Amino acid sequence: MSHRIDDAGRLIDRTRRLRFSFDGRPMTGYAGDTLASALLAGGQMMVGRSFKYHRPRGVVASGVEEPNALVNLGSGSRLEPNQRATTTALFDRLEARSQNVWPSLAFDIGAVNQLIARFLPAGFYYKTFMFPRVAWEKLFEPFIRQSAGLGRAPDPEDRDADRYEYTYHHTDVLVIGGGVAGLAAARAAAAGGAKVMVLEQERHWGGRAPVDGGEIDGLDPDAWVKAAVDELEANDNVTLRSATMGAGVYDHGYVLGYERVADETPGDGRPRHRLWRIRARQVVTATGALERPLSFPGNDVPGVMLAAAVRDYAVNYGVAVGRRALIVTNNDDAYRTALTLSKLGLEVAGIIDARPAATGALAEAARAAGLRVMTGKAITGVKGRRAVTGATIANLDGEGGEEALTCDIIAMSGGWSPVVHLWSHCGGKLSWDAAAAMFRPDPARPPRGADGAAFVHTAGAATGHMSLSEGLADAHAAGKAAAKAAGAKATRKAAPKAPEEAQQPLQPVWIMPTNAGPAKRAKMWLDYQNDVKVSDVQLAAQEGYQSVEHTKRYTTLGMATDQGKLSNINGLAVLSDALGQPIPQTGTTTFRPPYTPISMGAIAGEARGPLFQPLRRTPMHDMHEARGVQWEPVGHWRRGYAYPKSGESVDEAVNREILATRARVGMLDASTLGKILVKGPDAGRFMDMLYTNMMSSLPIGKCRYGLMCSENGFLSDDGVVVRLSEDSWLCHTTTGGADRIHGHMEDWLQCEWWDWKVYTANLTEQYAQIAVAGPKAREVLEALGGMDVSKEAMPFMTYADGVLADIPARVFRISFTGELSFEIAVPAHRGSEMWAAVAKAGAPHDITPYGTEAMHIMRAEKGFIMIGDETDGTVIPQDLGLHWAISKKKDDYLGKRAQERSHMVDPDRWRLVGLRTLDGSVIPDGAYAVGEGLNANGQRNTIGRVTSTYYSPTLAKGIAMGLVRHGPERMGEVIDFATLDGTGTVIKAEICGTCFYDHEGAKADV
Amino acid sequence: MLILECPYCGIHADETELENGGEAHLTRATVGASDEEFESYLFARANPKGVHFERWRHAYGCGKWFLAARDTVTLEVFATYCAQTSEPPAEVLKAIRAKHPDWEGSA
Amino acid sequence: MSDPVTATRNARFEGFATVTDTGPRGMISIRGDAKVCAAAAKTLGLALPGPRAITAKGDLQLAWMSPDELLVICDYDRAPELAEKLEKAVGENHSLVAVVSDARMVFRVEGDRADEVLRKLVPADLDALAPGEMRRTRIAQVAGALWMVETGCYEVMCFRSVGVYVFDLLANAAQHGAELSL
Repeated sequence: MSHRIDDAGRLIDRTRRLRFSFDGRPMTGYAGDTLASALLAGGQMMVGRSFKYHRPRGVVASGVEEPNALVNLGSGSRLEPNQRATTTALFDRLEARSQNVWPSLAFDIGAVNQLIARFLPAGFYYKTFMFPRVAWEKLFEPFIRQSAGLGRAPDPEDRDADRYEYTYHHTDVLVIGGGVAGLAAARAAAAGGAKVMVLEQERHWGGRAPVDGGEIDGLDPDAWVKAAVDELEANDNVTLRSATMGAGVYDHGYVLGYERVADETPGDGRPRHRLWRIRARQVVTATGALERPLSFPGNDVPGVMLAAAVRDYAVNYGVAVGRRALIVTNNDDAYRTALTLSKLGLEVAGIIDARPAATGALAEAARAAGLRVMTGKAITGVKGRRAVTGATIANLDGEGGEEALTCDIIAMSGGWSPVVHLWSHCGGKLSWDAAAAMFRPDPARPPRGADGAAFVHTAGAATGHMSLSEGLADAHAAGKAAAKAAGAKATRKAAPKAPEEAQQPLQPVWIMPTNAGPAKRAKMWLDYQNDVKVSDVQLAAQEGYQSVEHTKRYTTLGMATDQGKLSNINGLAVLSDALGQPIPQTGTTTFRPPYTPISMGAIAGEARGPLFQPLRRTPMHDMHEARGVQWEPVGHWRRGYAYPKSGESVDEAVNREILATRARVGMLDASTLGKILVKGPDAGRFMDMLYTNMMSSLPIGKCRYGLMCSENGFLSDDGVVVRLSEDSWLCHTTTGGADRIHGHMEDWLQCEWWDWKVYTANLTEQYAQIAVAGPKAREVLEALGGMDVSKEAMPFMTYADGVLADIPARVFRISFTGELSFEIAVPAHRGSEMWAAVAKAGAPHDITPYGTEAMHIMRAEKGFIMIGDETDGTVIPQDLGLHWAISKKKDDYLGKRAQERSHMVDPDRWRLVGLRTLDGSVIPDGAYAVGEGLNANGQRNTIGRVTSTYYSPTLAKGIAMGLVRHGPERMGEVIDFATLDGTGTVIKAEICGTCFYDHEGAKADV
Repeated sequence: MLILECPYCGIHADETELENGGEAHLTRATVGASDEEFESYLFARANPKGVHFERWRHAYGCGKWFLAARDTVTLEVFATYCAQTSEPPAEVLKAIRAKHPDWEGSA
Repeated sequence: MSDPVTATRNARFEGFATVTDTGPRGMISIRGDAKVCAAAAKTLGLALPGPRAITAKGDLQLAWMSPDELLVICDYDRAPELAEKLEKAVGENHSLVAVVSDARMVFRVEGDRADEVLRKLVPADLDALAPGEMRRTRIAQVAGALWMVETGCYEVMCFRSVGVYVFDLLANAAQHGAELSL
């Protein structure tokens, strides 16, 4: 059983004891522990059950590659599923729960799945659950939902209690990985004068070297790492970030770093995670290598672990994962585990080496230490179900008598695979090294940047150098090259030195024993997390799956949270063997970012709650809010929809606002309307191109309603244009159109008519604008004082500059309601002052603030179109009967040619008409007019649709406008609008003119 | 996530500071153009695997439109240049041919 | 009596850096060619800023916005009168002069770690921001500009309608405990 031992544990602080719970059971650990090391120290070998068969599973690894030890971490608003215990730093009061267990870890009903394992082969979902269809809903899906899946999702009503943020960072050289290779690369790059950043995913520096031992520049690795970190920290040009994983490498040197800031101190107010958005001229990936498991029968029983992980737990955390370890390997490295355990006084049952002879220095050292080395052997079976109790061994080919050995831990090593993920994210290619049995980065086919040159280098084990001496030399060269490529100097300093080690090459062993029959192959796990066995991959190959990408999806090999960090190479070696082709021909699946899963919070950054989106506020925003406004989002703006009084519904408020405005006077915050100044000797010519109307002829001081179209003829925006002077025009746009139209103007001026002398300025935000509308509007402005607003001084469709209520103002006599109306523009910083002044001046007339809905209804009563209601990007001005606003004198305007296209002049186009329901009811929004017959889909043919439909309080009945086939030619006809309630009933409406109120326009022009 | 240098302000702008405006060097067709010419102007766009000329606006910077010659496969940027030109300048073509000697020009 | 009010009237946040609304600022947008820009700079008695530069003298600042646009920053009350003067100075030359004092807001971010607040929100390289340089860029999801007043003191400009958003962003980024410790 696993337990804590003395005299080891370089990362833990035994003076700081931490309490935590696992499945509700109180446990303790030390500061510096990971959750996995603390669980193991507490004797908790079994940590979960597998995805498909619900087999007992224990910790296999000590880092990011861990497939089994996934837990639900935290609770309530801090619950997060699928957290790897091996990379979760222990903290006080940590709560963890095992996953995939039902009802409990020890007793799991789903485990019966393994009894029917032969009915759950590769692709079993596809095969089993085909028919009958009804069984999906009733049988298969409920069962799968209960038994499969990883972890438990947080309550959808809960909100993440933590906060997150981004940080942008720019550097010459980014080193990903803070092991000895990364540190050596960073030192070399910094020595060349480059600005350097180093990311290390763990909370400590140095990577594997301090565990694996050796000597660097005459120092033991721990001491060398400390000196290197001190040196880098003292350099102002270097930024070191631990607990920060290089998550992805993207185009043009963009890299995401994932910093875990406050995972261990929930609720301390700091951001929990921080996403580093890094721009690096050059990237060095010093991401190390991952050890591969061996595929022998029973290799998933808790207690079977990676050999390097076994020594990590001992050296780093002072945890013996068992009392008697059996080592099984095909390479030299696992001997380190045997030696380490032996030195710590733990029993080593023996070293099973698949190679015919073990001649390396480490093997010699093991023999010298009195350890039993058995060469040319294989494990042929594992004893124990919930924990290893022993193993049987035989010759590698499975022949020869089986020997039984007692052990409670099996430390396996199938060789090492360089971590090539970050190299591959942005297009770096791999080559197969048959001698070392690994894919390594191919420096001839690197990821390339904006200048077409390589921007990623690999260093150390990530390059495929598995010895300290070679790895350090490689890393130093990578750092030096990166600095030079980033525009700094190539250092002349020498690389750190480590003694050469005499290593014996590994021998690839993809299954063990090599002659294993079907029964044994069905117990050899390739992918622990997804329960994929050697037999599954072989079956997939038999069934015709040749592409590794297809096999991945068919068998689920290498899916889910670990994305095959342990299983991929073994899996594709088995697949290659089954297909009878060399491994490089099979290739790898695609390495996609992130390297390991990162939190959704980090991806969102600060953009949540009030900061989710920029909210654009008018200068009078707070005054509306204080009045209890009902907001309406319009683009990023918030506009007042209506101002309900207490006890009043929104609809009632809208009706009241309209009646008050029509009877007396209302006021509207119109600040959001776009205001763009167009000025220059060629401004008139430009205005004539922008608008369908003739704007160059507009007299100074006058206003004119205008239409703008896109180049494909569709109506894109409208508004009142004001001629300010000989060479300047002010264009009002819709609320949503201001930035778009300003961009549109600049686009044409910069990219097409760049020789025209025209300047534009978007003055939208400079002014607060208040519409005062209604029969008493003039009296309100007179009460404000300072300007002559009489009909004579300021006729309809004119404007004047002046000072109103002691505030500099520009007053326009324009009307969108059909009433006598003024729009007052004042500097935005004085908008609320003017709003208050208008409210005060209008008080004797009971002036009523009205919102956008009242405005919409009043304009519909007048038959005025609204961009976005009457238009939808397929409507041309001619459809809306706006011929009066389309100049026939102009040779050209944007959209003119398009409006001549055959489809645009088709007399069958739907055109705008007014609609009067026979019974006075309101046609539903979006209703279609139905005609005779059925279309090809058996639906009623449509002959039109409603574009605006409201209850008009002024007329006390429903009014509408709509686009109807041949509409203007069918005045007085009654057509049917389908209701949307599914009853098939229709509303009958008579086609009429679009104006429902004050046809002569007498009310506005007084 | 590209980085493109704005030729007006010299900033090596992050893609998030820019706005893409589609293919560059289109010739405007208008009144008088045949249906075919006009449709080609409105709708026909190059979609090359390789060298491409694009319009970009430094939307979160100086607001100016500029043009970029870029490889759509490798994302190599050959040049960025001012928008006030109806065809790629000679030095831009030279930069492209330096990397793609066989390039025959855009359609 | 003028009573201009910004979108975040007197707002102030103290975290590991201090964020303050600097109140109404006079601003004038000038568009024109090199000749117009030179005339404008001369009228103001300021050096003509080159690309991305911001020049200053007393209460006046002149910022390069784009190849054909300058922005004058001055006292709020002075802007209309200065704009008139500038219009006269550029004369008949093709140009556009507009008072835009109310269209924007300026916040000040101060403290030893003021840069760290901005590093969280802005994709621009702050280490490359020279004194006397104004960087127009993206601030989280909106357009803005920033410049260094002195070491440990930046000014951040944005449009008025998003003033509250930008203030909240800056304050959120400046919360105690969220130092980057670079």
